[in-house]
Amino acid sequence: MSISRRNLLKGAAAAPLASMALPAFAQEKVKIGFIFLGPIGDYGWTWAHNKGREAVEAALGDKVETIYTENVPEDASAEAAIRDLCNAGCKLIFTTSFGYMDQTLAVAAEFPDVKFEHCTGYKRADNVATYNSRFHEGRAVLGTIAGKMSKSGTLGYLGSFKIPEVVLGVNSFALSAQRMNPDAKVKVVMIDSWFDPPKEAAATETLINLGCDIVTTHTDSPAALQILEQKGLYGFGQGADMSAFAPNAHLTAIEDIWGPYYIQRAQAILDGTWASTDTWDGMAQGEVVISPYSAAVTPEAAAEADKVKAGYMDGSFDIFTGPIFDQDGVERVAAGVKMTLGELAVMDWFVKGVESAS
Amino acid sequence: MDFMIAAIITIVGLTTPILLAGLGELVVEKSGVLNLGVEGLMLVGAISGFAVTVFTFNPWAGVVGAAVGGALASLIFAVLVLQLNSNQVATGLALTIFGTGLSSLIGVNFTGRIVAPFGSVFPDVLAKDPFWKLFFGYSPIVYFAILMVFVVGWFLKKTRAGLILRAVGENDLSAHSIGYSVIKVRYMAIAFGGAMAGIGGAYFSLVITPMWAEKMTAGRGWIALALVVFAGWRTGRLLAGAYFFGILMALELYAKAAGFSFLPSQFWAAMPYAMTVVALAIISSRGTAGASAPACLGKPFTPST
Amino acid sequence: MRYKLEKRREPSTTMLVVTPVASVIVTMLIGILAFDALGVDGWAAVRDIFLTPLLASHKWQDVAVKAAPLVIIALGLSLGNRAQVWNIGAEGQYIIGALCAAGVGLAFGQAGGFFVILLMIAAGVIGGALWALIPAVLRTRFSVNEVLSSLMLTYVSLQVLGYLVGGPWKDPNGRNFPATAPLPESQMLPSLEGSTMHLGIIVALILPFAFWLLMSRSTFGYQVRVVGSSPNAARHGGFDAKQTIWATMLIGGAMAGLAGSLELTGALHKIDLGFPSGYGFTAIIVAFLGRLNPFGCLLAGIVLAVTSVGGQLAKTTVHIPDSTAGIFQAMMLFLILASDILIRYRIAKRA
Repeated sequence: MSISRRNLLKGAAAAPLASMALPAFAQEKVKIGFIFLGPIGDYGWTWAHNKGREAVEAALGDKVETIYTENVPEDASAEAAIRDLCNAGCKLIFTTSFGYMDQTLAVAAEFPDVKFEHCTGYKRADNVATYNSRFHEGRAVLGTIAGKMSKSGTLGYLGSFKIPEVVLGVNSFALSAQRMNPDAKVKVVMIDSWFDPPKEAAATETLINLGCDIVTTHTDSPAALQILEQKGLYGFGQGADMSAFAPNAHLTAIEDIWGPYYIQRAQAILDGTWASTDTWDGMAQGEVVISPYSAAVTPEAAAEADKVKAGYMDGSFDIFTGPIFDQDGVERVAAGVKMTLGELAVMDWFVKGVESAS
Repeated sequence: MDFMIAAIITIVGLTTPILLAGLGELVVEKSGVLNLGVEGLMLVGAISGFAVTVFTFNPWAGVVGAAVGGALASLIFAVLVLQLNSNQVATGLALTIFGTGLSSLIGVNFTGRIVAPFGSVFPDVLAKDPFWKLFFGYSPIVYFAILMVFVVGWFLKKTRAGLILRAVGENDLSAHSIGYSVIKVRYMAIAFGGAMAGIGGAYFSLVITPMWAEKMTAGRGWIALALVVFAGWRTGRLLAGAYFFGILMALELYAKAAGFSFLPSQFWAAMPYAMTVVALAIISSRGTAGASAPACLGKPFTPST
Repeated sequence: MRYKLEKRREPSTTMLVVTPVASVIVTMLIGILAFDALGVDGWAAVRDIFLTPLLASHKWQDVAVKAAPLVIIALGLSLGNRAQVWNIGAEGQYIIGALCAAGVGLAFGQAGGFFVILLMIAAGVIGGALWALIPAVLRTRFSVNEVLSSLMLTYVSLQVLGYLVGGPWKDPNGRNFPATAPLPESQMLPSLEGSTMHLGIIVALILPFAFWLLMSRSTFGYQVRVVGSSPNAARHGGFDAKQTIWATMLIGGAMAGLAGSLELTGALHKIDLGFPSGYGFTAIIVAFLGRLNPFGCLLAGIVLAVTSVGGQLAKTTVHIPDSTAGIFQAMMLFLILASDILIRYRIAKRA
């Protein structure tokens, strides 16, 4: 009842005359802007960010207003789109793709009073913060399940580019699988794109033909899962629960949950406590969530996966703890040593047992 | 052996959509029209095929829907270039923008839904057999594509209608002067090209990945355009060329998955286009009859009456 | 009463100007109705797409930055089109031009200044021209259709870009993301203080005059027009058709390469996979909309930049879906292309 009433009033407030008549709304809402890479209906990266935006509206809807632009290319038009949001009066702007990095910094220099949050980037300024998720923590859970369940011991990893995020995913997946099965191997194919369903499908078939019986994806479409479904094999959802696309093949998924971070940062603007930070949260903060396991996940695999999850939740587990060997068998991290976040952020080498073209 | 069979099945999957779209475009170009809107038509076909299948639960109806969708979209192009003599290059590019936008607009309501994959219709003893699946394990669209290669080849070479179509493409003015309707022939060719591109698009949304995703054809329409040229406007070579392109695409993935990195992946991706340019040069310099561009390709038909 | 199309004796110069303007106005009217039908405030959407970018001074820089490459490329293409040379690979020449400029910049390391920037731009011009030389040679030596060869080469150039920014030219401090390092400040084109308007915009404003002089005041311009309109007359008049093809293709490629190098040094300052944004293809449409006239290209480039900047704005302000913005743009192009017929034909009552 009260919710529908608030919506009514919100609708009225949108018309300037009506809002003047209502003194309660005289205080202006703080505007928060979002720049999205894809369409909000992509069931992947942008869909997840838009869920985060909706979470902000739900939590702080009486104090903030959100606006967004979707399908913004990563070229000069991104700068224009970000500037549009500044001119529209946004006080906080989330730019949700790596390719907006320099554009975000350029506009931020022009609008020192606006705060910016750039996703997955590494350049900051006084009014530009960066944030990312530790997707590799989720990848450790998937690797554990895959290592436990794979019969061939050969796993597939469908990637986009050899950037740190993907390298971390591959290594976390491989190291976790090897904890369950020391002989586990991971074959990697990078398709040089985040989105190319036909190529993702063909690459998955290729990995299967080379002996992989479980394939995980680090590209944005459910194409791989659909191939695995047709072959009666298993895989994982990327970014969101994708079980609808492959009810049998889908074991579980890594869900990107941006809501908690977005709400926290919006609240900081309202409180006047916002500061430029570099945030890299993971499972413990609720940013990386593992979807419910499907019935196909064996009880043993589920138990092991739950242990990894619990370890990340209470901070007692980190897959990037030595000894870690690289592809040539050289020890890169000594026994007992934990890789720092700084080291992880620039990781560009694969661990032992990963088979890749470069 | 099993390994080879699986690899061949992947290659067939990569090849079939470009073969279908290429075959349609070949007929369009043979009639003297250059339609650069193939990518847009494939997207329209992908969404119309998917939408019809969602409503009817019948993938055969979906394929028909894809053909109709592609043909209808191509008629916009036909009216502009045939009736209003607009520039074919610019109109084709606009058609791709239009098809991309239209498919996403319709697709909003179909994102996140799935249909059963339109797989083999043969009994499982054949379709799932480790060996016989090499011949019987495909979607009916695959056999349709190969059949159409021969149908189109026969049509162009052996039938009167095919002869007229080629005459219209080689010399529209003299075809007109002996009483053939250049416009009518080209309308039919363009609609056929649209229907084939539509079915090619539906191969993505009904067979490979039975779902809808924006821009899911990811540039295959442009490869289909290259293919027609690579084949020197001949149906037999189109079939061989399509499989050659398919093998190139598969080789890239196999090389990567096997851990070879002797050539950058961009090399593989550039190959179909680079080889098309080379093939163009060879075809054109030899001047083999019937294996060069139709003389009226891309030129507006302007009878002096 | 029935109507029919009747061929005009002379192409109508009135219609040459009236039809594009009318098409834009009709598009606006249809847009208002269509958006209203889709549940969006139609007038607000059309206002933001067509008018706000022109009326709001803070949007001028976005329009200018977008229009500059379109105008420069379209000028080169329209010259070729006049001679019946159909270079549709400008996107590829733009990419190769930008890559050549980036290569020169990389070779100079952190060094910069006037001469380095000039060298970078010169490299872009030459690179674009050389990339266009391939279809030109194929056409003149082997009579290969340049529409097809130049289009194919665009896709090759995209892979060249992918290889360079993901391989040898990858920013060593860029965490393996496929992109070149940002240009040092000293290699950037000067731009207006506190705005994104760079020197390339001035180039785009001056070039139409240069092309107008070239087309209407030089023997070369005359040659291009004669070769294009009546190849037979050109042969009798002693004009070399092959030479014309060479020249117009090279100029087309050079202009696209220039646009690419200006975009690199003036606007984006680095090359990544998002660098090619289809300017080379859109410029084909700009050239047609501008009626292959240098000043027409300038205006048409601005119109397309306005709708593109405005389309993005309307996505934010009135939330028209991205797909609708695409359909809308295509509809405008269809209308413009369709109305071309009125230049050569008139509507007459059927007798």
